[in-house]
Amino acid sequence: MAEVPLIEVRDVSKHFGTVIALSGVSMTVWPGQVHCLLGDNGAGKSTLIKTLSGVHKPSEGEILLEGRPIVFESPRDALDRGIATVYQDLAMIPLMSITRNFFMGREKSVTRGRGLFERLDMKRANAIAREEMAKIGIDVRDPTQAVGTLSGGERQCVAIARAVYFGAKVLILDEPTSALGVKQASVVLRYVAQARARNLGVVFITHNVHHAWAVGDVFTVLNRGKTLGTFRKDEITREQLLNMMAGGKELEELSTELAEFARSDRARQPEAAAVEEEVAEELEKEVELDEKLAAQEHRLRRDGS
Amino acid sequence: MATTTVGEADERLKQTSFLRRLMGRPELGAVGGAILVLIFFAIVARGTGLFSAMGVLNFLEVSAQLGIIAVAAAMLMIGGEFDLSVGSMIGFAGIVIAIPAVEWGWPLWLTILLAFAVALGVGWINGTIVVRTGLPSFIVTLGGLFILRGLTIGLTRLITGRTQIPGLRPLVEEDWLAGLFAGKVGYGLMQWLGDMGIIATRPDGVPLASGISMSIIWWVVITVLATWVLLRTRLGNWIFACGGDPNAARNVGVPVARVKIGLFMFTAVAATIFALVQTLSVGSADVLRGQLKEFEAIIAAVIGGCLLTGGYGSAVGATFGALIFGTVQMGIFYTGVNTDWFKVFLGVMMLIAVLFNNYVRRKATEGR
Ligand SMILES: Nc1ncnc2c1ncn2[C@@H]1O[C@H](COP(=O)(O)OP(=O)(O)OP(=O)(O)O)[C@@H](O)[C@H]1O
Ligand SMILES: [Mg+2]
Repeated sequence: MAEVPLIEVRDVSKHFGTVIALSGVSMTVWPGQVHCLLGDNGAGKSTLIKTLSGVHKPSEGEILLEGRPIVFESPRDALDRGIATVYQDLAMIPLMSITRNFFMGREKSVTRGRGLFERLDMKRANAIAREEMAKIGIDVRDPTQAVGTLSGGERQCVAIARAVYFGAKVLILDEPTSALGVKQASVVLRYVAQARARNLGVVFITHNVHHAWAVGDVFTVLNRGKTLGTFRKDEITREQLLNMMAGGKELEELSTELAEFARSDRARQPEAAAVEEEVAEELEKEVELDEKLAAQEHRLRRDGS
Repeated sequence: MATTTVGEADERLKQTSFLRRLMGRPELGAVGGAILVLIFFAIVARGTGLFSAMGVLNFLEVSAQLGIIAVAAAMLMIGGEFDLSVGSMIGFAGIVIAIPAVEWGWPLWLTILLAFAVALGVGWINGTIVVRTGLPSFIVTLGGLFILRGLTIGLTRLITGRTQIPGLRPLVEEDWLAGLFAGKVGYGLMQWLGDMGIIATRPDGVPLASGISMSIIWWVVITVLATWVLLRTRLGNWIFACGGDPNAARNVGVPVARVKIGLFMFTAVAATIFALVQTLSVGSADVLRGQLKEFEAIIAAVIGGCLLTGGYGSAVGATFGALIFGTVQMGIFYTGVNTDWFKVFLGVMMLIAVLFNNYVRRKATEGR
């Protein structure tokens, strides 16, 4: 591992008026490392990465890029310094084509000619967009179609493909797998592993501890704007993480509770009982699915390194 | 979600049909409308001279003047903003050209350059206020509409004691720059057409329509340039992005503020070109010039497929919107229908265009 971290966040706080979204958060992103950021809704994860990508300026504290203190003037500034981000709200423009969205803000990479005659090489841009989308497992027939016509998951894939394509040093992904099916999610996780193999630093936000565990090297848990700590993978178990996120336990409890309901209701309302049973089954299936994903982890690790 | 792997075709994806592609173009409605209007008047205004060389050049010139500002308005609308001060800017630019030239004896080329500089300043102020305050441009430029018109009338009265400034014509003839706005070109072409007997000539052989006025040239040049910028350049991508979702655009590195301010400046410059073309060819400035032009420009842009919410539209569409305008205005004039009906027509036309565009856009962007 390199001597200097790619990004170091020191005691960063962020206030929105009276709302304290972050208070005294520190974290470090190293090259060739996947740093998972976990925490409940509203914990401040998105706010934290937005200070890393130049959307917000920290109210207090400082950010160091490769050892030097820096203030990102704008998202463009951060991008130019090699930090590419997939935002939770995706930053896509529905009425614009896939290709135009893909290259938005980075058009220079597909221009031809100079000065006044500088123009977009739409043919090449379309080809690249198609190719990069194909890599992530989405076959776009027509890259000129509007992003608004894509499904939520497909949009997510455009955003990810874009960030991966332009991410030079640091790749930040804010809940990239939340809208995805199992297959696309595993493709994204493989991407994350690939990025690590290329020695990029990756910040990966997710609510799914299994996804995090599958690719993460380091885990930071946020709670109400503060860190509960940063842990290397060998310092913590998945169960501990899960408990810290206060997610897994509740899921299990809910599943047993619903089964209880079903039992007690059976006599009185057979129909309602059937529905509840179904839900309980679904929840069980979900747990199984999670385990399957965890099994994939080893394979991904091999792919990554 | 498409879950196919690459290589195997997704059977749910139909080949993008030509029709679908056509439907996806914002200017479809305006082009279709322009064709309909032309056919309509070709039948109704037969034999009135509307489609003689003179008549055609006449309605093209009317369309051209509006087209110049409509294309700019369309670009601004695609970028997500309006400019209601365009009409007042036309009047203001007129007196900025005329007062120094006529009253103080400045050379015309200098006052033309001054007018452009003033326009850039006005556009910059409009844009900066909108971008900095985040207020709707509708309100900010509505202020501009009154301020500029008031300044135009006030200053002109103060300096000249009148509301009209005639006497530009002799200056135009000896100025090297003014010809770019006031003159005509294509004398040779028109003469040739006359000689060939394709267009009408006077008894001495000189064609009635002696040349193509510069406004038409400006119109074409601006449309071509704007289309090129919108569809083929980085800036064009930024303009669509700014109008589509300024936050998303900013997050991926588009300099939204600069783009918007630039668009306001371009709109003011287009208004100045309009003013130059009109003032210099008529030979006088009038403080009331350009009234209501801001709305006509917006209507032409909307007929041309621009969405009021921004992020969608085309320069070609706005140009065809302006062509519809010019054709109908002159068509009504030639057929002798009371010109009062023109306004009714305009309103109806715009409503139809909005409904049509709305429908087309839903079709074009609806999920497959
Ligand atoms: N621009 C803003 N203005 C005011 N408050 C904000 C703003 N952005 C975020 N917040 C507040 O900051 C807190 C943290 O929000 P943030 O989006 O960072 O949470 P998160 O951890 O990403 O949650 P989720 O998992 O739901 O995405 C929330 O309480 C939110 O309401
Ligand atoms: Mg978030």
